[in-house]
Formats: sequence, C-alpha cells, structure tokens
Amino acid sequence: MGEVRVEALRGVDFDLTAGEFVVLLGPSGSGKSTLLNILGGLDVPTSGEVLYGGHNLTTATDAALTAYRRTHIGFVFQFYNLIPSLTARENVALVTELVETPMPPQEALGLVGLAQRLDHFPAQLSGGEQQRVAIARAIAKQPAVLLCDEPTGALDITTGVVVLEALERVNRELGTATVVITHNAAIAGMADRVVRLADGRVAGIDRPTRKAAARDLQW
Amino acid sequence: MVTMPARIRTLDRKLLRDLWAMKGQAIAIAAVMAAGVTMFVAYFSNFDSLQRARAAYYEQARFADVFASLKRAPVRLESRIAGLDGVHALATRVVVDVTLDVPGMAEPATGRLISIPERGRPALNDVFLRQGRWPDPVRTDEVLANETFCEAHRLGPGDHIAAIINGRRQPLRIVGVALSPEYVYAIAPGEMFPDTRRFGIFWMNQRSLASAFDMESGFNDVSVTLTPDASEADVIAGLDRLLRPYGGRGAIPQSLQMSAWTLDNELTQLQTFGLLVPAIFLAVAAFVLHVALTRALALQRTQIASLKALGYSNRTVAWHYVKWALSIAAVAAIVGVAVGAWVGSSIMGLYNEFFRFPTLAYYLSPTLALQAIAGALVIAAAGAYSAVRRAVRVPPAEAMRPEAPARYRRSIVEARWRPLRLSFATRMIVRALERQPLKALSSIIGIAFAVAVLFVGLSFLDVMNSLIDEELTTTMRQDAVLTFVEPRPGRAVHDVAHLPGVMEIEAMRTVPARLRAGTRSRTLGISGVPEDPQLVRIIDRARGPMTLPPNGLVLSQMLADVLAVRPGDSLQVEILEGRRPLRQVPVVALVDDSLGLQAYMRVDALRRMLNEGETVTTVALTMDAAARDSFYKAVKAMPVIAGVAMRDVAFQNFRDTMAEHMNLSVFINVIFAGIIAFGVVYNSARVSLSERSRELASLRVLGFTRAEISFILLGEIAILTTIALPAGAAIGYLLGHVIMALFTNEVYRLSFVVSPATIAWTWLTVIGATVLSGLLVRRRLDRLDLVSVLKMPE
Repeated sequence: MGEVRVEALRGVDFDLTAGEFVVLLGPSGSGKSTLLNILGGLDVPTSGEVLYGGHNLTTATDAALTAYRRTHIGFVFQFYNLIPSLTARENVALVTELVETPMPPQEALGLVGLAQRLDHFPAQLSGGEQQRVAIARAIAKQPAVLLCDEPTGALDITTGVVVLEALERVNRELGTATVVITHNAAIAGMADRVVRLADGRVAGIDRPTRKAAARDLQW
Repeated sequence: MVTMPARIRTLDRKLLRDLWAMKGQAIAIAAVMAAGVTMFVAYFSNFDSLQRARAAYYEQARFADVFASLKRAPVRLESRIAGLDGVHALATRVVVDVTLDVPGMAEPATGRLISIPERGRPALNDVFLRQGRWPDPVRTDEVLANETFCEAHRLGPGDHIAAIINGRRQPLRIVGVALSPEYVYAIAPGEMFPDTRRFGIFWMNQRSLASAFDMESGFNDVSVTLTPDASEADVIAGLDRLLRPYGGRGAIPQSLQMSAWTLDNELTQLQTFGLLVPAIFLAVAAFVLHVALTRALALQRTQIASLKALGYSNRTVAWHYVKWALSIAAVAAIVGVAVGAWVGSSIMGLYNEFFRFPTLAYYLSPTLALQAIAGALVIAAAGAYSAVRRAVRVPPAEAMRPEAPARYRRSIVEARWRPLRLSFATRMIVRALERQPLKALSSIIGIAFAVAVLFVGLSFLDVMNSLIDEELTTTMRQDAVLTFVEPRPGRAVHDVAHLPGVMEIEAMRTVPARLRAGTRSRTLGISGVPEDPQLVRIIDRARGPMTLPPNGLVLSQMLADVLAVRPGDSLQVEILEGRRPLRQVPVVALVDDSLGLQAYMRVDALRRMLNEGETVTTVALTMDAAARDSFYKAVKAMPVIAGVAMRDVAFQNFRDTMAEHMNLSVFINVIFAGIIAFGVVYNSARVSLSERSRELASLRVLGFTRAEISFILLGEIAILTTIALPAGAAIGYLLGHVIMALFTNEVYRLSFVVSPATIAWTWLTVIGATVLSGLLVRRRLDRLDLVSVLKMPE
C-alpha cells in the first residue's frame, strides 16, 4: 500500500495576538486539528510559513520544535493524557521542572479549583477534574500560548463549563493567548475572535460584540 | 456456510497484517524458539547418528558380546569354550602391550599388539582396513596400525616404527591403516584421557606375534558372541570357570568393554542434554510468547470485542490468536531444524576426534525433524493458550469501552526512603514496576533465564579447567607412571629409582579382581597404595586428600553405587591372578572422586591378602625435567616395562582436543543465550512501548526531549536487567548443579564451579544484548507519531 496524500489545509492565513482568546470552530475534517498541530509545533506545513515572535517554525529542527513546545506552548488534550502513575501535583510539577519561571504546582491547581485534590492519582479523579489537572499542567509553565483540542469533548455540560471557566480565568488573570478548537458552536460565545474553518480553508472570522462568561454558555 | 471461507480469509489477512506489524517481536520470539529447536535437533541427530553408526559397525564387524583375557591357555580349550551353552561364535587371540619407539617422539608410547589370522578375516571384532593392505602371511614384521595413532604421527603404509619386544627393538612395517569396534574410543590401559599420540594399536599375523611372546598354539584373549536366547551371566560364569586354571582375569560383557562403555556413557549424556537444554530454551520461548501475546491482546481489546460483537464465536477468535503463536512457531521450527542440522553436522565432525567408525555419517531422521516441529507447535500453543483464553472471555460491551486510567499509588520505595527525592522519570518507572509486579517479574525471569543459560554454558569451561587443575595439582602429582609387564619383586623399585633424573618414587601393587555384592559385580584392578599416598593421591571432591585405613577397601562413591554397598558392608573379592584367593573384604570408606571407578587398599594389606612378599606392578615417579630425554631412552630399553603414562603430555593432548570441542559448544551457547536475552528484552521493551506510547507521546508534546522519554522506557529495562543479572546467576548456579548431577556417570563426575570471569562475561553479554534491543526500541521511540497518538484513546 502506498501513502495516500490528503490535503488538510489549503491557504490558511491566521494570526494570533498576545492575550487573545480564540475559538477555532469547524466540523470534523475541516482541518482544525491540523492547524492546531502546526501552531503547536507538532507538525510542519508542506508549504507556507509559520512564524512565532519572529522565529520561523517551518524551517525549525526537531530539537528546536521541542524547545518551542517546552517553553512557549501549553497543550490541553481532548482525552487529558495525564500520566497515570503521577499524582495531580506531580503531573503539574512534571512540566514546571522543564522551565525557568514556572508557577508553583499548587498555585496552578488552585487556579483550576483543585487545591484540595493535589495528591490524587488520575484514576481517583473525575473526567472534569482530570481535564482541569491537564489545564493546570499546561499553564503552570506560564506559556505564552495555550492550545486546547476539544477540551470539553469528552465531558458533559456541567463539567465542561467548569473546565471552560478554568480556561477563562487563566486567559484573564495570566494573559495567556488561548486557542480552543471545538465543533461546539456554543463555546464560540466566550471568544474574543471566532475562526470558522471548513474544508481546509478559513470560512469566516467573527468578533462577538459581547464576550459571554463561561458559566452562561448553553448547549 | 457459504460465507465461511471468505470470513476466514479476512481474519487470516488480519493475522498476516498483525504479524507484520509486530514483526520485530515475532522475529525475537521465533529466534528463541528456533534456538531451542536447533539444540534439540543438533543433540538428537548426533545421538541418532552415533547410535546408527555404532549399531551398523558392531553388526558389520561382528563385535563380540563377551570379552575375557587370561595369562595363557592352550588352543584346545577353544572347543570347550565353543561348547558352552549360549556361545554362538568365538575368536581367540594373542594380545600384548609393549613399549613403542616412535620416530620423532622422545617419550615412549604404549603399543597394543593384537593377532589376526594368517588367512581370512578375524572371526569376531573384525578389522576395517581404511588404507593400504593386509599383512603378508609370510612377512613377520608387517602390521596394520590404528587410524588415530597414524594421524597423530602422520604415519601411513610404508612407514616404520619400533616395538620393544622382550628387550629387543623390533621394527614394524605399517602396511595398512585400520579401525576396530573394540577401539572406537582408544584409551591406553591405566590412563584417564585418550592420547592418540601415545597409544597405538597394531594388528599382526598370529604366528609372528605368538612366537615373539611364547604363545605358539596358545592364546591369552578370547571373545565370544551369544546365541539369541543365551544368558550373558551364564556365559560369563562358564568362561570364568574354564579360564580360571589359565589365569583368566574375569570375563566382561560388551557393556563394560572400555570403548563400548565410554561410548555408551557419551550417548546417554547426549540424550540427557538433548532433552534438558532444548527444554530450557523452549520453556523460555513459550514464556516469552505468552507474555508478548498477553500484552498484544490487551492492546487488541477493542478489536476482540468488535469481532465478538459482529458475531464471531469465542472459539473462532481464540483460534485466530492461537494461530499467531503457531505461525511464529512454525517458522521457528523450520529454521531451527535447518540450523540444527547444520550445527549437528559440525559437532559430528568433532565426535570423529574421539570416536572412530568406518563411516560416521551425519543423519537427521525425518521423524526427528517432525518431532521438533510438532514440539515447537505444541509448546507455542501452550504458551498462547492461557493468554488467548483470558482475552477472549472479555464481554464485548465491556471491551468496547476505553479502559479507565490505570490505578497507581505511591511506591513502597518512596514510602520507605522519603529523603530519596526521586525524579519524575524515576518515580514513573518505580510506580509502573510496583503497579504490575507480575509483569515486571515475568520480564525479570525471562532475562534471568538468558543469564542462566549463558552462565551454565560458559561454566563448562571452568568445570573442565577445574577438573584438569584438580587432577594436575592435587591428584596426580607424579610425572610418570611405569607399569611392569608382570608383578615384580620389590627390588625392581630400586631399578626404577636409579633411572636417570628420577627423584621421588611411589610403588603400587595393582591386581585384577572381581568384586561381588549379591548379584552385582564389577571386574577391575584393586590398587594397593601406601597409607598416605604422595604422588598418586586419592582425592575426595569435598574432603580433599584421603589416607587409607590399615585394612579393607576404599571405593569410589560411584563404584559403591554400582555395587549397592556402603561402608561397613562386605564384598566378595575374587583375585584374578596367581593363586586366585577368594576373600570377604569389608568396605571401610568411600571416596567421592572425579574419574572412573576405583578400588583402593593399603598395599601391605593387599599383599597379605595375596599372600605374597613385597611385589610391585606400578611405580609412580617424579623426575628432573632436564633429564627427560635420557629417562625416556632408558625406559624404552627396559624389557620389563609394559607401559609408561606421562602426565603432562596426556593432559596437554586432552586439553587440546577438549578445547576444540568446548570452544564450539561454548560459542553456540553464547550465541543462543544472546538470542534469548535479546528476545526477552526486546519483547518486554516493545510491549512497554506499545502500552505507554500514548503516555510517552504526551510527554513529547509537553516538551520533553527524546532523551528524556527514552530514559523512562529504557530506565525500566535497565532496572529489570539489573535485578535479573544476579537472579539469573542464581538460577544458573542451581541449573549447573542439576546438570552436573545428570552428568554424573561411571566415566567422570564433575563438580560445578564458576570463575568470576565467567560471571563477568555472562553479565557483559546479557548487558550487550539488552543495550542492543534498547537501541532498537529507542529508534522506534524516535519515530513516535505524536499527532495520531493523541487523537483517540486506543
């Protein structure tokens, strides 16, 4: 079997500015994950350029991409991807040890409302709690950019709102530029900017006039 | 029913793709299994080949069933022997041992001269002519010489050597190179190890040999074959009765004939080994297969559930996965049979050094090949069965759900040593190990077995070296042993003492005897030695040098086992020489010695029993190395000397031949243990990798470098290997003792010893195999697909 070539993105032009909360909205297969992967330095585009603060990520080596993720990017995954053998505090500390000016793990966990669950292992936490640990893990190294791939995809509405509140608070209090990809249009309400993707292209950009609070979202 | 074939084909396609996806692991498992099959085929095909060669040769050469030697009997006794009940055919001969003077060799050698009829072939124990021609009946100096001796000296038809016959140097002209079923394994009387250079067998015309030794119309050796319904014991008793007046030294059955007995012991050993060693390898293979399959199935949980949800029966799904194992085993078995045939035929070549047959062809029977293949399949199925059964029992609904995060807790290590402040990576490793101790244990056991196999394989060198060292430095402290043709008066000792260069001497009296305990009996020489022998010492493997009590017999532990006696029991001793007294002699002590079957007595007690004065048959001596050549010259000129055993030369030769044999088997062992170590480590690393790829990929995304995540995975392997090294040495030590116990036979008993160097080499080899498989896994780690692994829980 030969490789099958699939074009995920075509001619996407996208900027992210400091402190912004952006929601990438689009159906499955619209290319939002690919875009997120490229922004996060997990993938490089076959053509085009990705610039981060003047550095060209397109031509960066694997080691340079690792360093970029390590210092500047925080990731939150749909399925949390916590390390099951480490406690909540340790999962956070895992990344704070990588950087020079981290936030203390307790503080990061406090920010997502988990100050009481520091020494629990992932298996002892609910799905929403696990996702909040993942957010704490992502922000604890004080990244400039927080990338969240369907952070509420595996959660029910109540739990999802709690997670979104955590993201909202991080964005507000720390000024972390946040990109949330989702197919859930309701989440768009809390964004500074909504980027709609369809079929590998940017189908439209909205700037909601009134930014909704996470707790007011309905879906 | 119509859709069945299509359905099976699809599942089989999945089988092939799954196997291809895990080809690294499949190859590793197949390699371990192939190693086991190789060993099995190599050992058993050798066993088969030797056994076939032996059976064909004994039959073809009319190898006798019972052998007896005597002082001298008239030819007319033949008819009475032939008349014994159960005797089918007989052959009488003249057999004498002489000192040889071989051109180009300073030290004297022992020659055994055996008569052959002037006309026709020997009736029994036929001689096989490899090269040249039979001696001319009218030429008195023509002889056939045995092949190994000729090879050792590069002699062939047309060459001459000299025998000292009755004090006179008599030239012998070699006209042919020959083999005999009696000397498939040729060892000089009184020697422990075969020395092809210093023991030659020569066949010469009956008349010339008889006239040289006053044996005209007489004989001193008789062999008989039995009728199919004969009782061997009765024939032996009848022969003994007839030969007693003529100095009969006790008839022995074929099974105790020196060459046949050694060959028998060797074959038994091959058989033991042929079962034991492959059994270890195949057990490890089954174990590795089990572990690999258990974990592969854990990763296929949802697939299994889907298959079941689609309506496949448990049986179909189980069979699908058992086929994984069978496919691997089938490939392994076929490779193993092929490699086994190759290794087997290489080892066969080495047997040719020790055992000479007219043809020793390598033979691999189809039955053996099929047995090997069937064995591998059965073992693979057994290894796979429980893993598959457990996986298949999962209810579809349950299996469809992604698994909850594994439950972890703080490790005991951390609780114990709080101040340790383990790094995250170390904590992850330690907690993973503690969470699944059985999994960790199974990896440790696998690696430990690799260590053990190598440990045992390499230790054979130590065992052999220690045996040789023990014999050289503690037991045999003489430089040479002279054996007189006949018992000599005590003053003969002084003649020996005055030979050039001789320093210390120790005289012994050895007498042929039959020891009887109930229905069990053995015919051997009782050695009469001083109370506290200094040159040829009696060494107990545990207790060291022994002194002899004033009366009674001291037996090799093995001889006591053969005769089923213990200290305090009494043996009937029938002396097979002189006045042939028959006595009851108590067994007073046993000695757990290394070589052969020995019976000792204080020399004064033995002489009292024989009712004789200060007679000697053997003198052990040490000498000044500078005077060697003149010593040899003087010995060659002494007519009363039947044989000279030179310690250093014998050992050197033995060591050389043995080294060749050992090097090959050690080489094979190292390769195979390396395969096991590699197979086990690579497998457990690959399994860990597939179980944790998601976790490791997450870490990579979070910004961890390749080196950092490699440390987590490889650190686990390193810890497992570190624990497995001493554990494997311990298993190897036990295994070594078991194997040595199985090795124990009448020819030799080995003590299991291991040198520190062996342990070091074992560990280094396994560490090497671990590093290699670690590097291979590391390469996969570098290619970890970060994007896809994060999308969906598997």
